[in-house]
Amino acid sequence: MDFTIDPAIHDFRRMVRSFIQENLPEEMRRRGERDFDSKESDVRGWMRILNARGWATPNWPEACGGVNWSPLQKFVFQQELRRARAPVLDRVGTDLIGPVLCEFGTDAQRARFLPRIQNGEDWWGQGFSEPDAGSDLASLKTRADLVGDAYVVNGQKIWTTCAQYAQWIFALVRTDFSAKPQKGISFLLIDATSPGVTRRPIESIDGGFTLNEVFFDNVEVPIENLVGEAGKGWDYAKFLLTHERTSSAEAPHTQRDIEQLKLLASNAIKGGRPLLEDPVFRSKVAALEIDVIALEWAVLRILHADPDDPSLNSVASILKMRGNVQRQIVAELAAEALGDYGIAMFLDPDDPDVRAEDHLAPPLEGEAVGVSARAIFRRATSIYGGAAEVQRNIIAKQILGL
Amino acid sequence: MDFNHTGEQAALADSVRRFCDDNIDLASHRRDGRSPSDTRLWRQIADLGWLGAGLSEEEGGFGGGPVESAIIAEAFGRSLAVEPYVSSAVLSVRTLLASGGSAASLIESIVSGERTVALACCEPEGRGDPSHVSARAERKGGGYRLSGRKSLVLGGANADFHLVSARTSGDVRDDDGVTLFRIERAHPGLRRQDYRLVDRRMACDLWLDDLEVGADAVVGEPDQASGAIREGVDHGIAAICADSLGAMDRALWITRDYLKTRKQFGQTLSSFQALQHRMADMLVELELSRSMLYAALAALALGADKRSRGVSAAKAVIGKAGIFIGQQAIQLHGGIGMTEEYAVGHYYKRLLANASLFGSIDAHIERYAALSGGEPASVLF
Ligand SMILES: Cc1cc2nc3c(=O)[nH]c(=O)nc-3n(C[C@H](O)[C@H](O)[C@H](O)COP(=O)(O)OP(=O)(O)OC[C@H]3O[C@@H](n4cnc5c(N)ncnc54)[C@H](O)[C@@H]3O)c2cc1C
Repeated sequence: MDFTIDPAIHDFRRMVRSFIQENLPEEMRRRGERDFDSKESDVRGWMRILNARGWATPNWPEACGGVNWSPLQKFVFQQELRRARAPVLDRVGTDLIGPVLCEFGTDAQRARFLPRIQNGEDWWGQGFSEPDAGSDLASLKTRADLVGDAYVVNGQKIWTTCAQYAQWIFALVRTDFSAKPQKGISFLLIDATSPGVTRRPIESIDGGFTLNEVFFDNVEVPIENLVGEAGKGWDYAKFLLTHERTSSAEAPHTQRDIEQLKLLASNAIKGGRPLLEDPVFRSKVAALEIDVIALEWAVLRILHADPDDPSLNSVASILKMRGNVQRQIVAELAAEALGDYGIAMFLDPDDPDVRAEDHLAPPLEGEAVGVSARAIFRRATSIYGGAAEVQRNIIAKQILGL
Repeated sequence: MDFNHTGEQAALADSVRRFCDDNIDLASHRRDGRSPSDTRLWRQIADLGWLGAGLSEEEGGFGGGPVESAIIAEAFGRSLAVEPYVSSAVLSVRTLLASGGSAASLIESIVSGERTVALACCEPEGRGDPSHVSARAERKGGGYRLSGRKSLVLGGANADFHLVSARTSGDVRDDDGVTLFRIERAHPGLRRQDYRLVDRRMACDLWLDDLEVGADAVVGEPDQASGAIREGVDHGIAAICADSLGAMDRALWITRDYLKTRKQFGQTLSSFQALQHRMADMLVELELSRSMLYAALAALALGADKRSRGVSAAKAVIGKAGIFIGQQAIQLHGGIGMTEEYAVGHYYKRLLANASLFGSIDAHIERYAALSGGEPASVLF
């Protein structure tokens, strides 16, 4: 064991920081401060800027366009992005489908899709969940029948994040109805603009519109858009969900949120003094910070582990569970720091879907805007990507052997 | 002691509940962007006598008290009503009653529903504690000139007039030196910014831009309003606790019913013991909250410090329990719980707002501690 931190990491951090400082447009940074979902055009624009530097997808294997950085460097890079309030990238593309295509895609699929993800040209939707297949994903019913050299897809997906912006949707579909549930599933890449695809936005309780229903009505998908082998979709999905869970610990994001929380709490006044000096509030912030350090080191442990280690699958559940709770707590504390205004609704002023009459906002500016909506939306972190209860089931079964 | 409703109270509970079921639904929150409190509905509520149901006859009501107010507030919380019942008929009316003198003459038009009123007693730095008053009122001629700002005036966006606290002497947190003023909605120099709370109830901030009023705008005694405001707010908090109880109760049972119908892994969610235990924890919180609400209602009849202590205890317990139940209601629903179209998210937002109104959970634990001194941990002494 060796816990010395290579001093070169500080130079690396400085290099990343100054790149971001020089290249992140001020407008994007300002919008990032508010922490609503990043605007589509900001995400695409920022991806292009990172891509020009070769940094769009550092986590991918190098052969697919990743960067030859150490695990620690990759982590620091994420910290700096969050710290700078850069737009939050389309993780469905960079963290989910990208690694799957690298691992299981054909050369043609890699050549066709990966560069467009890196350059912010293609957004992806994750078409896994269905109305009757959430936690029990393997019971999914959307079907794909092979007719000639195309699959014909029929069915419905739900909760598809940002499907309205997506050029492509990857979906789990049932291709074999006679096999056991997990065995009959295949992994398809579906052009979101194909005839027969209908997307319908769902308003979430924070007043935002990231969720969607997606309907497939006789949608033709050429057979070359099948990932890997038919019937093996479940294996690819498991690979993907493990990735999703590791990155959804989102320690860097929580660390950035803590910085923001401290800023808000030092601007807020309680009893004539900054709220951050109030012993009760300060100790709540400190307790959270301590938990985040524990998570940070758990993430570093995983990042340094052998990627083929099968135990990673279940350890990812630990990171996700704890990371999700921390994201909820930090958002709730930020709302609490705002006092009266923490329970006032402030909807995204840049969201075209928000109804005009809903733009009734309290007198807030800068970092404080968006805090209450975020606190409410964060209830979802313990639901998406496998709900907290399901993560506990995985831990109990796979690690504890119960 | 008797924990049962009287016949009249049971009838009141029943009719408010039925009225809400018939007239209020989630879609109705959307009725009108700017004035969610539907005037027609408010008219009916007044005609049914509910705005005076929580007052004795001497107080200008119909022979009830805080229990009746709690019954109404609970039904409104249960149905997520955004009507300004608590702000006008409890917070403001109770403050007026406690102010003494001619203040009571204003009550008739409030109880009849002719006018609505909002209590503007909070400021940003007070963080929900009305004893923080930095807005100033200086003597000018025969009247006063007011300057400063009030925050989160519950029901203020639609109120016909406001009861505004301002300092006529002393320092920001002094008990003495606070005066309450009655200021009409359209009074020159009164600037308003309306907004929605997370649960769609309406509120506003007020700016007093060198606003001038005559001496007749003073409610109660000059310099002596602190006690009345504290009493009014304690009554308001008890009603907010009752509102939370209605919301918690409903959110819990909606969730229970959902678990019994939703199937995953070939069985209903209700068959998973992890979820059964969670629901059991929710029920424990609900029952302790109901008990705590009764303790608060009892405390309202006691002397100021005991009253505030009991009310703060309830606010802390019910705030925490409400957030827990609201969060778990969403969690146990999964994705559907996160949608605006479905009810449980609205209950969570209502409970979140209630937990923060007039001071956070921590603030009330702090106030409780400050008021308890060497007292026993009971409100029975
Ligand atoms: C904001 C948001 C974004 C999302 N984005 C996407 C996306 O882009 N693509 C996509 O495919 N999906 C997405 N999802 C869907 C998400 O993955 C599902 O909501 C999740 O898997 C839970 O499924 P469900 O909603 O059907 O809930 P259910 O499966 O019905 O679960 C309801 C409750 O029951 C519990 N439960 C279920 N089974 C068990 C058990 N065996 N033991 C104990 N408890 C159990 C759950 O933990 C939960 O608390 C998103 C969801 C949200 C909220």
